[in-house]
Amino acid sequence: MQTITRDQLIEKAVSLLADGTVSCVLGWQKGEFDYDVTPVLFKNADELKANFVWNDFCGANFSKYLVTKAEKATGKVLVFLKPCDTYSFNQLLTEHRFNREKVYAVGIPCEGMVDVAKVKAICGDGIVSIDCGEKLSVTTLYGDEPTVIDAKDVLAERCINCKSKKHVAYDELLGEEGEVIASDRFDEVAKLEAMTPDERFAFWQGELSRCIRCNACRDACPACTCEKCVFDNPKSGVENKSPANSFEEKMFHIIRAFHVAGRCTDCGECSRVCPQNIPLHLLNRKFIKDINCFYGEYQAGAEVGSRAPLVDYTTDDLEPGEVFDRRDNNA
Amino acid sequence: MNNVETLIPAVGVITDVRIDTPDIKTFRVVTTDGKKAFDHRPGQCAMLSIPGVGEAMFSITSSPTNTEYMEFSIKKCGCVTEWLHQAEVGQQITIRGPYGNPFPVDDVFVGKNLLFIAGGVGLAPLRSVINYCRHYRDRYGDIDIVYGSRSKADLLDYKEIIDEWATDAGVNVHLTIDNAQPDWDGHVGFVPNYVKELGFDTNKTAILCGPPIMIKFTLEGLISLGFDKTQVYTTLELRMKCGVGKCGRCNVGAKYVCKDGPVFRCDELEELPNEY
Amino acid sequence: MRKCSLNSINSVFAEIAKAATLYLPVDGKDGSAVYTKWEEGKVWSNALNTVRSPKDFFFPQTENLMAFKTAGKNIEIIDTRSESEDFVIFGVRACDVKSFEILDRVFLSEPVDTFYAARRAHGVIVSVACTKPSETCFCGTFGINPAEPAGDISAWKTETEVFFRANTEKGVALLSKIEGLTEECTDEAVDAQKEKISAIMKKLPLKDVTTDAFGGGKTMDYFNSPAWDELSQSCLGCGTCTFVCPTCQCYDIKDFNTGKGVIRYRCWDSCMYSEFTRMAHGNNRLSQKERFRQRFMHKLVYYPENNDGLFSCVGCGRCLAKCPISMNIVKVMKKIGGENK
Repeated sequence: MQTITRDQLIEKAVSLLADGTVSCVLGWQKGEFDYDVTPVLFKNADELKANFVWNDFCGANFSKYLVTKAEKATGKVLVFLKPCDTYSFNQLLTEHRFNREKVYAVGIPCEGMVDVAKVKAICGDGIVSIDCGEKLSVTTLYGDEPTVIDAKDVLAERCINCKSKKHVAYDELLGEEGEVIASDRFDEVAKLEAMTPDERFAFWQGELSRCIRCNACRDACPACTCEKCVFDNPKSGVENKSPANSFEEKMFHIIRAFHVAGRCTDCGECSRVCPQNIPLHLLNRKFIKDINCFYGEYQAGAEVGSRAPLVDYTTDDLEPGEVFDRRDNNA
Repeated sequence: MNNVETLIPAVGVITDVRIDTPDIKTFRVVTTDGKKAFDHRPGQCAMLSIPGVGEAMFSITSSPTNTEYMEFSIKKCGCVTEWLHQAEVGQQITIRGPYGNPFPVDDVFVGKNLLFIAGGVGLAPLRSVINYCRHYRDRYGDIDIVYGSRSKADLLDYKEIIDEWATDAGVNVHLTIDNAQPDWDGHVGFVPNYVKELGFDTNKTAILCGPPIMIKFTLEGLISLGFDKTQVYTTLELRMKCGVGKCGRCNVGAKYVCKDGPVFRCDELEELPNEY
Repeated sequence: MRKCSLNSINSVFAEIAKAATLYLPVDGKDGSAVYTKWEEGKVWSNALNTVRSPKDFFFPQTENLMAFKTAGKNIEIIDTRSESEDFVIFGVRACDVKSFEILDRVFLSEPVDTFYAARRAHGVIVSVACTKPSETCFCGTFGINPAEPAGDISAWKTETEVFFRANTEKGVALLSKIEGLTEECTDEAVDAQKEKISAIMKKLPLKDVTTDAFGGGKTMDYFNSPAWDELSQSCLGCGTCTFVCPTCQCYDIKDFNTGKGVIRYRCWDSCMYSEFTRMAHGNNRLSQKERFRQRFMHKLVYYPENNDGLFSCVGCGRCLAKCPISMNIVKVMKKIGGENK
């Protein structure tokens, strides 16, 4: 359950609209069901009161939308940012991808977002309503009584492994300031590292062969903001909507992981949006883990303007040969 | 192969390359045994490809009355066309078609005075129609051809226009270029304005092809002269992959340009959403 | 009507697999069902449906059309087509069976797509009724009855038994192959199940979604609706909806240089992609709004105009479940249709 309420957020948004601080509000709009929410630009108090929603299913990271929405807005855009979203926000600022002056960021606490697939695994299909109270109360077409679930049991993977409750960027913070937390997010990566190369290859072969090349991972990724993606450019020679063979299907994801290495904040949007449930975040986390190991702890987006290790040469950088030497020691 | 599969092309050979303008070349294509690849009607198109480069739709610029070969006038502007412009005589390519509906040369146009209006490489699809109508000259009334391009050097088929079209009885050629130049004593100005200046009688059927902006203003000009949209035909170009109304790229409204077009009467276009 | 016990279904699968390759939904590692080639040990999934639709069987994500060998100025076209083999798709839901009819109207209309036609001719479809539709289901909107799925054979699965009814010659032939493993029975149990399903259909949250406002000839009624701006405002321009959709059939044809020659292949394409209509000299759909609009106008207006009023949606709900921003055809129909009823 979230500690801040929908009403508090609407009240904040309405007052900022009323005093002219912002001209519109980037928020979550309620959908057909209690769990499907759509990012929308709200223009006025009536729209907010009618359709704004804040619950355990507001996972979408708004930072990337600022690249297009802030540019077009006439005044400032109010954006609500969960702690993890603020890292993407800073990273985009570091890369000069939107105009900070056109954004009013309100940090909001987050107790973790729920993965509806996990809810369905417990309650079954046919969800009629989900009441996000102290616990989740789920009514389905097929159960007589609502099923009560602790949100902690159905959190999205990225929220189980939440890396920070601390907001690293905001103009205004609602609720308490949180802390960066020690997470077990590299455990899965360590398991992959412990595999033999053949096992690891088989693992990724199994995962990536399911890719339907819908590009949702790329299009949702806050680090993927190239004006023209190399995979959309017919002259790049790699523009393909579909893998021509099993090498190609892996290439897309590996190249993308390389391209966002050092810039990926581990927000987890790639895995959230993947219709095929491919654990794409593990590719990125491997890079983050390696960067931490070779160059010291580095969190992309922790502050604006930081020099990411992969684009910052120092005389202390380890020699390429060392990477090879350390290959059997967890890296 | 069990069935005739429309997506599978035949191999064709380029037997002649003519440099028409600084960025347009005309390619003559036959099959590997020296014959015309297939019969077509004026205004129809064909898919040409170079393996590894890609496939693209081109209008067939030669007249169906030419039974020996097909010609394609191609402007250099994308991957496939750039590659073709480097091709030499003897180069093999692939060819499939014909695709789309032709201009109604055998029914609607019969007995009519015809007014052809083209801009730039827009003459390429009309050349097929013009030469067809010249071949069956007695079926049609007067023929007027208004053609304009950026400069004299950019006029496609200039030699054929001067030596053959302009010398035919009952065929009037009106050429124009965008800007004056020393070796040009003809008309200077854009095609839409020239059409209005020429002030054609409305007892004609007009056939238009050129860049979208030229088509737009020329159509407005014709209407101001009293033409009805049902008297004006044009041919559209959109991205195509299959050529047979299945791949979905050239879908505009309920029409597929490759299958239901590319030739449209201008009043039919009014029923389509404006995204062509 | 014939039946077998649910416990013996694996021997039915084994028998079918002797004659033809058998595919059926099997739970994958991530818990979602995937059409999988049956072999001993594979278990028929209890999931309502697969994430990837069975359109793959007839219109695969990628398929080679031909190959080229080039030498100097010469080109040789190599036919890479292999003869299709007989196959059976088991456990197809009513919505997906209907999607084949929608695909047929595209690929089997003149000129026939022989790649598609060959697979269609070799495929036998065993459908199965849905006892527990999801909240995202709205097949009823398109006149589809999940209790009475079409296909070569219709099947009904109860707690203990599976019932079969052949609908076509292909179905009769397949059913005769498993005659020894099934027994003749009355319609009673199936009729009872149909009634149950019909009661559930009346409770589905999307039961009131209607196509009344849509159909052929309505292009200009909706094309310029201001609602498209709002509906498309957060569309990411990915192809998820298109690729999980059982009726989306746009494709691309591309060449791939393997280093040893060139393969020309066909793959799924999406009108949501910016590259879809891009030509060397321009693009006739420059904004995501235009591309978004194209997808829904095609399903709700253009396709029906060309296909006797048949809509190009079967209400399977995949796009509802999978769109990263939860924007989908139901929201479009309610917004665009609701305003113009």
